[in-house]
Formats: sequence, C-alpha cells, structure tokens
Amino acid sequence: MKDFGFGIKKSNVIDLDKTDWTFLREIAAEEPSFLHCFFCGTCTATCSAGKYTGFNLRRLQLLIRRGQFDEVAERVSECMLCGKCQWVCPKGVNTRHVVTLINKKLHARKIR
Amino acid sequence: MEDTIVILGGGPAGMEAALSLAGRGHKVYIVEKTGSLGGHLSRWDRLFPQQEPAQDILEELLNGIRKADDKIEVIYNAQVQSVKRRMRGLEVMLSNQQLLLVDALLVCCGFELFRAERKEEYGYGIYENVLTSADLEDRFKNRKVLCSDGRVPERVAFVHCVGSRDEKVDHTYCSKVCCVTAVKQACEIKELYPQTEVFNLYMDLRMFDRYFEQMYHKAQSQYGVHFVRGRLSEVSETADGKLQIKTEDTLLGRPMKLTVDMLVLMTGMQACAQTGELSEKLDIKVSPSDHFFETKDLFLKGNYAHAKGVFLAGACTGPKSLPDTLQDARSAAESIHRYLTD
Amino acid sequence: MNWEAKKLIWKDYQKEIPDDRYFYVRSCIRQNFWPASEHHFLKIMREDLGKDVYETEHHTTCGGIGYHCDIVKVETVMAIVARQFALMTEAGYKNYAVSCITSFGLYTEIIHTWQTFPEILERTRRQLKEATGREFEIPEHVAHASDIIYKLRHEIAAKAKYRLVNQKTGKPLKVVEHIGCHYAKMFPHKGVGGAEYPYVLAGMVEAWGGEVVDYPERRHCCGFGFRQYFVKANRGYSLSNTHKKFESMEAFKPDMIITNCPGCPYFLDRWQYVIAESEGKTYGENGQGIPVFTYEEVAGLVMGYDPWDLGLQVHQIGPESVLDKMGIPYDPQAKYKGLDGKDIGKPEFPQNIMGCC
Repeated sequence: MKDFGFGIKKSNVIDLDKTDWTFLREIAAEEPSFLHCFFCGTCTATCSAGKYTGFNLRRLQLLIRRGQFDEVAERVSECMLCGKCQWVCPKGVNTRHVVTLINKKLHARKIR
Repeated sequence: MEDTIVILGGGPAGMEAALSLAGRGHKVYIVEKTGSLGGHLSRWDRLFPQQEPAQDILEELLNGIRKADDKIEVIYNAQVQSVKRRMRGLEVMLSNQQLLLVDALLVCCGFELFRAERKEEYGYGIYENVLTSADLEDRFKNRKVLCSDGRVPERVAFVHCVGSRDEKVDHTYCSKVCCVTAVKQACEIKELYPQTEVFNLYMDLRMFDRYFEQMYHKAQSQYGVHFVRGRLSEVSETADGKLQIKTEDTLLGRPMKLTVDMLVLMTGMQACAQTGELSEKLDIKVSPSDHFFETKDLFLKGNYAHAKGVFLAGACTGPKSLPDTLQDARSAAESIHRYLTD
Repeated sequence: MNWEAKKLIWKDYQKEIPDDRYFYVRSCIRQNFWPASEHHFLKIMREDLGKDVYETEHHTTCGGIGYHCDIVKVETVMAIVARQFALMTEAGYKNYAVSCITSFGLYTEIIHTWQTFPEILERTRRQLKEATGREFEIPEHVAHASDIIYKLRHEIAAKAKYRLVNQKTGKPLKVVEHIGCHYAKMFPHKGVGGAEYPYVLAGMVEAWGGEVVDYPERRHCCGFGFRQYFVKANRGYSLSNTHKKFESMEAFKPDMIITNCPGCPYFLDRWQYVIAESEGKTYGENGQGIPVFTYEEVAGLVMGYDPWDLGLQVHQIGPESVLDKMGIPYDPQAKYKGLDGKDIGKPEFPQNIMGCC
C-alpha cells in the first residue's frame, strides 16, 4: 500500500445499523429504571466526580443506547458511587446500580 | 323568538357547537363542504392519550346530531358564496344558491394537514415506505402495517415536526398534537410487532397535557422505543429498498445515520385553503404569523372574530387537540348564546 | 421509487433557458483538467446545432477559488464579475453561459446581492468605471452550460449515433449523476429540478437512453471542497468524502458517472486510484473503477465523436468499459497519441487501477 501523506479519516458518524443493543437490554433487564432516563442532566449537575473529571452519567446512559462502549469504558471508573445523582433524579433511576451494572457488563465483554 | 346560527364546517368543532347551541334552543345550519360529517376525526383510528376508538367519539357526535334533527339541519356539499350584513345578523348565500338569514355565524373550518411532499428531502411520494402519520392511521384501522413489499417492518422511525417549527415552509409554530401522536403511534407499532425497533426523532418532546407524560414514560419503559433528540436532514433509498436517514444525536453532539424499513412523517396542521377567501367575505382577520384566523383576544374573547356576529371555534384558530377542539366548540356556543341573549 | 413524484418536484424548479445567442465563459480548472470538454461544448453548439456562442480571450478567472478559500474579498470578486459582464455587454450579448459550477454559483450570488442591495451594485459600477473605464449590464439570463445541453438534450438525442444502452443486453446503462454543490444548493430555483432532486443531468441521461441511479449519498459533496483539498493536511477529508460516496453507490453497480462541475469529475476519477493504492479497495466491474465523465463528453460520445478527440485518455479510470457497452468503436493504439500524432505519454498501468498494488 502506498502512503500519500493523507488517508481516509475515521468517521464521526454514529451508525445505528451497527449498534449492539444487547448491552442496553441486559442492563434494563436487571435494572428496569435504566429505561426511564429522559436526559435532563440533573445527575451530571450534582455529580462530585464530574466537576473534576470528564464523568457524565447522562452521557454514559446515552452512549450505551448508541452502542459507543469505548467512551463508556473510558469514563465509568471515574464515578465514586456517592449516590447524589440517585437522590436528585426526577425519574427514579437507580443510578448506583446502573453504574455497577455498566462495570459488570463491560468486564463480561472484556471492554474494560 | 328562535335565533338562527350557521356553522361553517361539519368536523368535531362544528358538530359539538351545533349540539350545544341546539341544546340552548337555537336553530342551527351546518354547512359542510363534503358529503359527510366528521372531518379529520373520521380518518383516525384511535385517539391519544388512552387509545379510545375515534369511531366511538364520532358516532356519539353523529347520534346527537340525528336526535336533534328538529334543531340542526346539515347542508352537504356546499360552501359560502357571499355574505351580506343586515341590521341584525347576516345574509349568507351558499354555493348551492340556498340563502340563509342568520343571527350569528360560527366558523369551524378546521385545519389541513401539511403536505409532506413540500419537504422534498424527506421523499414523501417518492419513496414508497415513507408515510405520513395519517397514512399510518389508515393502516392501523386494518391492524396491519406492512412495507410496500408485504414484509413486517423491522425498523420504523417517526419524524416529529414535519411542516411545523420550520421557517422553510413558513410554518414557524408548533402543531401541538404531533409529539403525542408520534408517541401513541410508536407504542401501537410495538403492540402490533413487539420485535420491531422503533425510533422517534424529535426536537423537543412536548408532552404538555394530561396523561401525555405517562404515555412517554410507557413508550420508554414498557415498549423500549428509542428516542433520539435530533431533526431529520434527509432520506434516501438503499439498493435493497430500505431508507437511509440522517440526523444528529444532539445530546451526544454527533451526526448519526440509520437504515429503516418505514419512515413516518408527523405532518403538522396548517390553516385550511379557504381561510383567506373566508376572511375577506366575513371581514375578519387572519394572523400574519401563522395564517390561522385571529380571535379578538386570547382570554375572554377567545371565540370572537373581528366582526360583529362572527365567531370562531376549533383548529381554524390554531392547532388544537381533539379535547381542546371540543371544549373550544362548547365555549364558542356559550359566547354566541350570550351575544344573542344580551 | 416513484419517478412521477420526482417529476412533480421538477415542475416547481424550471428556469428559463434561452436556446441561442450566448456569451460563453470558460472555467479555470476545466481548461486544464478536461480541455476537450469545453472545446466540444462549442463544437456541438456551433457546428452540430447551429447556435451562436461567442467567447473572448479577454475573459479572466471569476475569482471564485480565491473567494471560497477566503483569500479574495467579495468586493474584489464583484469587480471582476462586473468586468466579465462588461465584456458581454460590449460584444452585444444578453445571455451568459458559464462553464464552471462555482462561477455559476458566484454569478448567481452576486446578481442576487446586487438586486437586493442596489447601493452595492452602484458601488461596483463606480469601481469598475474608475478602474477600467468599462460599463456593464446584468445578463438577462445566466445559464450553466449544462442547463443549455439539458435544454437541447432532445435535439442531441435526435442526432445521436449511440445511446446510453448496453448493446449486448439491450438494457439502459446505470448512470450516477453528480451535481456540483454550487449549482443549486445555494439557490435551488436557479437550477433545473432544484437542489434535492436536480434534473439537469438526469434529464440528459433519460433523453439519451440511460437509467439514473439514486443512491443514499447522492447529495454528498464529491470531496473537492476547495479548502479540503488545497491544503495537504486537509486532503484526507477530501478523500474520505469521495470514499463515502463510492461506498454508498457501490451496491447499485453503476456503469458510469456523469458530472457538471469542474472539480467533481476530477476527484471522483483520481481518488478512485488513490483509494485503490492506499486502501486496496476498488469499485466497478473487475476492479476497473467506475468511469467518470463530464456531460460534454457524454454528449460527444452519443453524437459519435471519437473518444480520444473528446480527451477521454486523460481520465485516470479508463472509459473503455463504457465504450464497449455502448458499442462505440475506438482505436486502442491511438489512445495516447496527441492531435499531431505524437506520443503524449501513458500511465504505468493504463488498463487496471489494481495493477499497481
């Protein structure tokens, strides 16, 4: 193969045709409240970890729905499981359980 | 002495207003431009938010009209040709040359659905599996929603705000009912075909009325409908006849594409075609911002047009849900009654 | 796919295109990339169709490339454009035919600006007068040269020797049409068929016997995009956009691509080679690539012009597969001979872009 000094870039497009929804479904099966999130961001606004790291629980919940597991794996360990997010969530999402489930599923898939 | 009122339009607003006025002892003519009563309601299968059959509501209205036939006369296939003002009331000449001498006139000409073809990039009429919400409702009546080749769709996407909140088509307003209809129809697809993946592409979800938010919650938690905050940019057909659609997941800030078997366009409401002509004949105002009729105010004179003896009800004064339309019709009847008995 | 519904949309986007008496302006880069295309536009117009098309050597660049690269100001570009119009006015013409898509977009944009802001028009008139002593009229009609060929497509079809039909199977050739972005995306009503379903090239393909392919990335940029390409550091974006289009059209098995822009055929043609060399991926039958043509070349082919006179030897992707399908005779020995019969040089792997890697 020849190197022209430039090449085809990695696409930034989320391709929902290639999205694996088993991850989402497994979490929802064990923690049905995971499906309640409507992405208001109150969790992220109150999050202690998010003030000093890139941790964003709203985004993580969305990334799982879009099959973007690499970014989830990169960020999920920044959560300190303090539970403030669960306290403020208007939809009653059991956020601490969701975070531990994300960790578990990532390990099972060897993504982390 | 019995007062006479003419109602222009025999949809839900016209029918409900006629019933209210007849109940107060007035004589009512309903002038309906088609050959049957019911308007858009007769095309619908089930109604949000609790999936009541549209047919039941329509039947009840029709029964009422039949029972009140001494007070309510329906004139089919007719429209207003000209209107003359008298000392008290109006002289209304119809297209069938019938002359009505009335004390008040109520406009209930409703709305039209936005013509989805106008959003060229959404491919309505061009790609067979692009439907409107009204087309889908027709299919729900037969409890069968199939692709053009007869397959059960594996993926269906709903596009909110088609022809609403869109300067490009000169409709900058929200049509109010499309969000909740999209959620209703998404749930109905899942009820019919639980294995089908359903996507709703929305800009804002406007779940403003009673039980709406509960429907949204159910769509997420019970049916697993995928909600994507982003507006559709364009649709095209793939080599195997599916539809490739593009949007942005605005909550992640990344462009997104997906392929679906069926695309449903949630067409909004627009003022009906005769609005301009009627406004001239009746000497009443049309809002320059949304092209619907203008009422005297939005509070205490919400059914008064800007001309004596002329009233307005239903979606001809802007998008309304069916419950709001029916309430508006009753409220117009009350306003007319007060006007006549003052 | 319902073509009738598309035709309803096309009805909304019809522009008036005079069929004669044009002042013609060439494109900077087309003169270099595809010199025979402009030559054959004039030849077909003047000799085959008997039209009056005038051109002058005093015409210059429109400034569009500099404008789109943010290095030439719009005021300067307006003065340049005003001078071109002065040449037209002096030659006694009112219809302006543009070879380049970006120029066409720029002319349309500038005329629209002048019509919206008469004080800017007056300023441009003053500046041109001060700088050159010239005066100008705004053209009555501005047509892209492809609009004119579109307008005359049935006249061309009537004189055609060959059709866009596979002679062996009798089936129409599958043709991808690619419209330059600046043709209608800025001013949809100035393009035949509008911006979503442009008809200008589709109409030629239909009239000459072919079948248009509508594929998902049809509206996507060819990959030129000026700044994407001119700076090497950005060139990967150019390549990626072209790659995206080919990945999308591949499943439709197109026989050929027809274009109406200077840059599009260049990038759709050349980048197929670069993608083959750098990624090992090829498109088209047997990895030969999908031949890319200008609309003048396609018009010339159906009219029976010699493929080498039309300049098809300067394409990276050889046109032979299409010539064979259409039943057009050609002399392989003459492919790399110039007009004077001398060797013009030839690529290392002329027949197969995969031969190299």
